[in-house]
Amino acid sequence: MKRFIALLLATSMIAAACGGGDSTTDSDETTTTAGAETPTELTPISLQLQWFAQSQFAGYYAAKALGYYEDEGLDVSILEGAVDIVPQQVVATGGAEFGLAWVPKALVSNEEGAGLVNVAQVFQRSGTLMVSWADTGIESPEDWEDKVIGNWGFGNEFELTAAIEKFGVTPAELVAQNFDMEALLNREIDAAEAMIYNEYAQVLEAVNPDTGELYQPTDLNVIDFNEVGTAMLQDAVWVTSEYADANPDVVERFLKASFEGWIYCRDNTEECADIVLNAGPTLGRSHQIWQMNEINGLIWPSPGGVGVMDQALWDQTIDVATSQGVIAADPGSDAFTTKFAEAAVAALEAEGLDVTGTSWQPIEVELVEGGE
Amino acid sequence: MHKICGMNPTPSRQIRRLWSIVAILTLLAVGWEAYKWIGETTGGVWPGTTTRLPIRTNSRSMPHLWDIAVSLFRPARRGGEDILLVILLRAGWFTLRSALVGFVAGCSIGFGLGLLFVRSRLAERGLMPYVVASQTVPVIAIAPILVVWGGRLDLPKWVSVAAISAYLAFFPVAINTLRGLRSPAATATELMRSYAASPNQTLLKLQIPAALPFLFPALKVAATASVIGAIVGELPAGLADGLGRAILGFASSFSSAPEKLFASVVVSALVGLVFVGVVALVERLVLPPTRRIDPTEAAASP
Repeated sequence: MKRFIALLLATSMIAAACGGGDSTTDSDETTTTAGAETPTELTPISLQLQWFAQSQFAGYYAAKALGYYEDEGLDVSILEGAVDIVPQQVVATGGAEFGLAWVPKALVSNEEGAGLVNVAQVFQRSGTLMVSWADTGIESPEDWEDKVIGNWGFGNEFELTAAIEKFGVTPAELVAQNFDMEALLNREIDAAEAMIYNEYAQVLEAVNPDTGELYQPTDLNVIDFNEVGTAMLQDAVWVTSEYADANPDVVERFLKASFEGWIYCRDNTEECADIVLNAGPTLGRSHQIWQMNEINGLIWPSPGGVGVMDQALWDQTIDVATSQGVIAADPGSDAFTTKFAEAAVAALEAEGLDVTGTSWQPIEVELVEGGE
Repeated sequence: MHKICGMNPTPSRQIRRLWSIVAILTLLAVGWEAYKWIGETTGGVWPGTTTRLPIRTNSRSMPHLWDIAVSLFRPARRGGEDILLVILLRAGWFTLRSALVGFVAGCSIGFGLGLLFVRSRLAERGLMPYVVASQTVPVIAIAPILVVWGGRLDLPKWVSVAAISAYLAFFPVAINTLRGLRSPAATATELMRSYAASPNQTLLKLQIPAALPFLFPALKVAATASVIGAIVGELPAGLADGLGRAILGFASSFSSAPEKLFASVVVSALVGLVFVGVVALVERLVLPPTRRIDPTEAAASP
């Protein structure tokens, strides 16, 4: 019986230890939502990202860190993404007011009844590349003939399949590729899908075993879908149409502060990457600065003002999406609206900010091994 | 009871055990480096053949063990303040807290089910198939569902993670509790009956004490399972501070920094080991050595 009591004691000790764990986790939750310190008149909203903190989302992190959201009367919780988190579905089911998603993916959800509207087309260009070794001689989509071409699947492959159709080439094989560059590095495939701000840099952060140095851009050939003409629009801000109708001022204020964050990141690449680094202790600094620089290239210049939809690119996206069977039909003009973004841009312009970034130039980023 | 040996293992036996652990670890390390060396010497084939080795041996696929060790003691990023080990241990503690809650909840549920089943054949027959079936559903399918439910109920995310831990932890405890409660010999049960002991008295004085040696091995399995559940659960939950996120992040930069992924795997394993160690310590306090079911000691005894 004594032993039984000892067992009970031991279990209750574990339980007590857990109890301590609970309360600390609770306090973590409160600090992330920052509900305690902020004045009550702030409107609490949340933004769902597609992945965990990285420079791809720097503008929103900057707007939060620099107080731009607070200036607009908003208390924004940035919800990091992860495996199985689909932002447009989170927004459709009320888990967040705002969500980021690629245009074709959100339109697929809309055909399933998500009822979302694109209120800001932040990325004006596609970040998807097809990367191959320079010695393979793949310089244009025509050279994919009889080559083994990797792709990510899960709806990330349609710019590629559209380009294959457009150029009438027959690759030897289209193979599923993990979300890394191992298959290309091991020369299992001839060309690999890569985001210019992530996987492409990962190759340049890896050591070439033949030279003992990092791989160089000259070792690689890059095909950019923006030049191929089958690019589809990527990161955009989506809300449900009911939310946009009911809270037009919140949408406009959120976009104004977010755009101001992106403008800060354009003009302060390294500082902005450092803001992102504060949100993720395992992120590498040189990789995030590289990513920030490339993300700036996807946003700037924004000829119609940051976040304002480029009608021609929207039409191209719809063309590719319908021809590839991604969506059944043209969603029509209700799928996006430029009125909130235009109002936000006008307000920022009135404050004397450069909202088009026509003179933006990329900075030189030195990548180091492992992206550290 | 078969052996009169109420003492703790003698120091020399503990030293022998320690040596065998060191020897096995050394063997594994030498094996890793030898395999790598063979591959790099032959160009990735078995010596004297053209058959490819199953795993690539370049440093991108299999970093040197010392590179993994060194990466633990370097800052995770250029100019960073904390070394990788500190970052990972912090993440490990975060994960362990959800795992502990899940462990306690899962073990309580498992113990409760064991009690229920030993009392009621009907409940056992009716529910046992579902208990078994629950473990054939992969945790990666259950995890997002629990996270979505948790979100609907406005629960903090770590609660969903703990629930996933509990889901993995309850099963071995339920099965072993049932087996342990049924373990007393018929003569012992009959003796209790001859004393006119009530079912509750039999349970408290005979069955539960008899079940303890069966319970502890199950608790050790539950401890490791709850850590795995917490790591897997953090991914769909979008929790940024735990080991799950660290592993995911390092996996995505595997091509350029593989040693960090291996380092995070090592720390994850350590977290599980520490948890099992705590359970073993409790077992030591609660059970005399003769009543422990310890496969390592059973093998070592002559």
